[in-house]
Amino acid sequence: MNKHPATTSNYSRRDALRLMALTGAASLIAPNLLGKPAFGQTPPASPTGRVVVGLSQEPTVFHPLMAKIEVDDGVHFSLFDALFRIDPEGVLQPNLAVEVPSQENGGISEDGLNWRIRLRDDVRWHDGEPFTAEDVKFTIELITNPDFRAWRTTGHALVRDITVVSPTEVTWRMEEPFAPYLSFLTETFIVPKHILEKEADPNAAAFNQAPIGTGAFKWGQRVAGDHLELVANPDYFGEGPYLERLIFKYIPDLTVFYTQFKSGDVDMVGQAFITPDNYAEASNLPGRVVTLVPSPSVESIYLNLERPQFKDRAVREALYAAMDRQAIIDALYYGVPTATETFMPQQSFYYNPDRPAEKFNLDRARQILDEAGWVPGPDGIRAKDGVRLSFANSTTSGNHLREQAQQFLQQTFAEIGVEMTISNLPAAVMWGDFWALSQFDTAMVGITYLIGADPDVTNRFHTRAIAAQGGRGSNNAQYSNPEVDALLEEGSRTFDQEARRAIYHKVQELVRHDLPFLPLFQNTQVRGHKEGLHGVVPNPNTRTESWNAANWYWAS
Amino acid sequence: MRAFLLSRLSQSLVLLVIVSVIGFVILNLMPGGPMAQYGLDPGMTQDDLDRLKEQLGLNRPLWVQYLDWAWRLVQGDWGHSFRDGASVLAVIGRHLFATLLLMGSSTVIAIALGTWIGIRGATHRYSGFDYLATIGAMVALSIPTFWFGLVGIYVFSLRLGWLPAGNMYTIGDGSVLDYLHHLILPSLVLALVHVAIWSRYMRTATLDVISQDFVKTARAKGVSERRVLLKHVVGNALLPMITLAGMQLPSLLTGALVTETVFTWPGMGRLFLDALGYSDYPVVMGLLMFSAILVILGNLIADIVIAIVDPRIRLA
Repeated sequence: MNKHPATTSNYSRRDALRLMALTGAASLIAPNLLGKPAFGQTPPASPTGRVVVGLSQEPTVFHPLMAKIEVDDGVHFSLFDALFRIDPEGVLQPNLAVEVPSQENGGISEDGLNWRIRLRDDVRWHDGEPFTAEDVKFTIELITNPDFRAWRTTGHALVRDITVVSPTEVTWRMEEPFAPYLSFLTETFIVPKHILEKEADPNAAAFNQAPIGTGAFKWGQRVAGDHLELVANPDYFGEGPYLERLIFKYIPDLTVFYTQFKSGDVDMVGQAFITPDNYAEASNLPGRVVTLVPSPSVESIYLNLERPQFKDRAVREALYAAMDRQAIIDALYYGVPTATETFMPQQSFYYNPDRPAEKFNLDRARQILDEAGWVPGPDGIRAKDGVRLSFANSTTSGNHLREQAQQFLQQTFAEIGVEMTISNLPAAVMWGDFWALSQFDTAMVGITYLIGADPDVTNRFHTRAIAAQGGRGSNNAQYSNPEVDALLEEGSRTFDQEARRAIYHKVQELVRHDLPFLPLFQNTQVRGHKEGLHGVVPNPNTRTESWNAANWYWAS
Repeated sequence: MRAFLLSRLSQSLVLLVIVSVIGFVILNLMPGGPMAQYGLDPGMTQDDLDRLKEQLGLNRPLWVQYLDWAWRLVQGDWGHSFRDGASVLAVIGRHLFATLLLMGSSTVIAIALGTWIGIRGATHRYSGFDYLATIGAMVALSIPTFWFGLVGIYVFSLRLGWLPAGNMYTIGDGSVLDYLHHLILPSLVLALVHVAIWSRYMRTATLDVISQDFVKTARAKGVSERRVLLKHVVGNALLPMITLAGMQLPSLLTGALVTETVFTWPGMGRLFLDALGYSDYPVVMGLLMFSAILVILGNLIADIVIAIVDPRIRLA
């Protein structure tokens, strides 16, 4: 071998080859040094990591069919599955079922009475047993069992003759066509027959403290009053889970709740999220992602229409004109919520955007009352036929944002000669019979009118739903309009989306005209989670932030 | 002794019945109820709420509900929670460890510190230490525990970062050291008030004993001041404290509402608060009975111990 290289540079061939190899290797590794772009993030191959979700109320009900509150729902979405799911756009997706039944694919008969559901055959319960149609039949029958403290029976009570055709097919007949039932089924989690049929008392089953479902996460352990730990289900049939552990932590005090989010003890805030007065600070926190998520709940002043003051529509219209909603939103709620004219959330397919926006106008309010014959008495308060325009407004005591809004409204109402007194009550009293049986004058309340994404509001506005008059519903305003009644009945029988949309647009128009409640704004939730947590998508059609915990993962 | 115990037992039973009746009546007189938590649920109709009320047995006349509850209690069935159907005893049992840990440690600290401060204050009456102790006790008694707690969290957790902001242990780490780390702030905050009370009582009791003749005699005999204190004074000064300790027993197991809420401690005090919020009648009644039994037991034990220890006292 020549000691002296024949090339013009001083590099030998061996050196050149070595250099090329190094460059090649470096060019392969170098891009990774810059970090992967966001769209390049992929979930891990096997479940790893944990997420701590903070909640301000403790989930204690783990049987998904028993009477429960919102925070319980978050846990159920991770432990159990339903026949269908509803995605953030409001479209039904199959979950345990293979397809969503409809009149087009024959899953629902033309008259809406006969249903056929085809189920997946690759689903197993957390204890290894296969999931079958028997479990679906058992679930629906359990809900309508008179001894069982079921969450709600509307819709399920209409089901007759449930037949298990095969382990993957179940059929039934409905007593009457009920379109909202599809939405109801997205919130009806299926429970295992082989475990629960052995229990003598369904309300006190051992299953209630150690549930077994088909969901992406399995029951881990619970420290009562402190936290609840779920572990990944590696045999889950759907996407995920990518997290090894999902922990729900209970922090009752809202100040401490927010502090733990700031300090990082909590990775994601759940119910009751961040209060609007902390929004400005929260959105500037380093390493945190804080977003405004429109909630389906609408805040309003609910009027008891059986009170003599509110029987005159002019009064309701005048009160509505005397509410400075923009000032309340901007000054008291830090601009977080959005104004609305209707009970339908703005992100809904059925939202009617044509309702004229109400302007704050005290002169117009006074004019309406003058023309209707409401004359100011010696004390400055308007009266007519012996009825004084004076009433009380109630809400949950201790809610400082609402209390400020009440005082604000009290002032503007006083300027048009209306006296509003404030009488707040603790939650356990306010939402008991006082609310349910319409014993209030007016109430400041945030209500979610929809179930899932279904626009059926029969429960809130139908004459037959006035509980205070012996009805069976939550028409707490005691609102009665035969035209609305007819529209609601038709809407719940119609399966075609476009046809339903026209119906519910009309309902919104009529309700806006009648003003059984005075809309303040549509609530917006201030949600937050740590940077680096991927897969978090808000879903306004569910009540919880953890509806898709199976899709969450940490950036690597 | 036997006659005494029997008479106390019969008195206690009568007391328990009275307490349970009063508690039951007041609980049911409160407006609202267990259905309020579902009041705004979009899908639940009044029908569902009425059905649930019926299933929970809330439509029966009050005296029927009470007798049914009492009869079951006597047989050992404390009832089932309205919220999740779990047995009340299981619910209480879940929170017992956390409560014992917090209350036990704070009581130990309170008694040790309180006794020492009280005795020192009495023996060095009107000294700088004594004035400091007196003022300190007044401050500790006047300022609410939640303020102390929040200030403690702000200073030691947020500013200095020495101590955790709450909870019983860090999730994922459950070592003894971790528990102790979390225990420091809440037990100190809770102990503060009790130290104040103990030190004042101890000071008075010690002053009482020190002025006695037998103490003067002991000093005259030439016994060292330290021995006088330890052998003659402290023992006798502690006698009235036994009664005080007996009254502390119930709080040992029923927890401290406010401190537990501020420090997110999963104890019985929080359980009581939450159960009240949900109008979970069986759990509230269960806790009421639990607390009443402990009060009676605590006083009984205190009386017996004092009778054993103090020869001047004869049990009735």
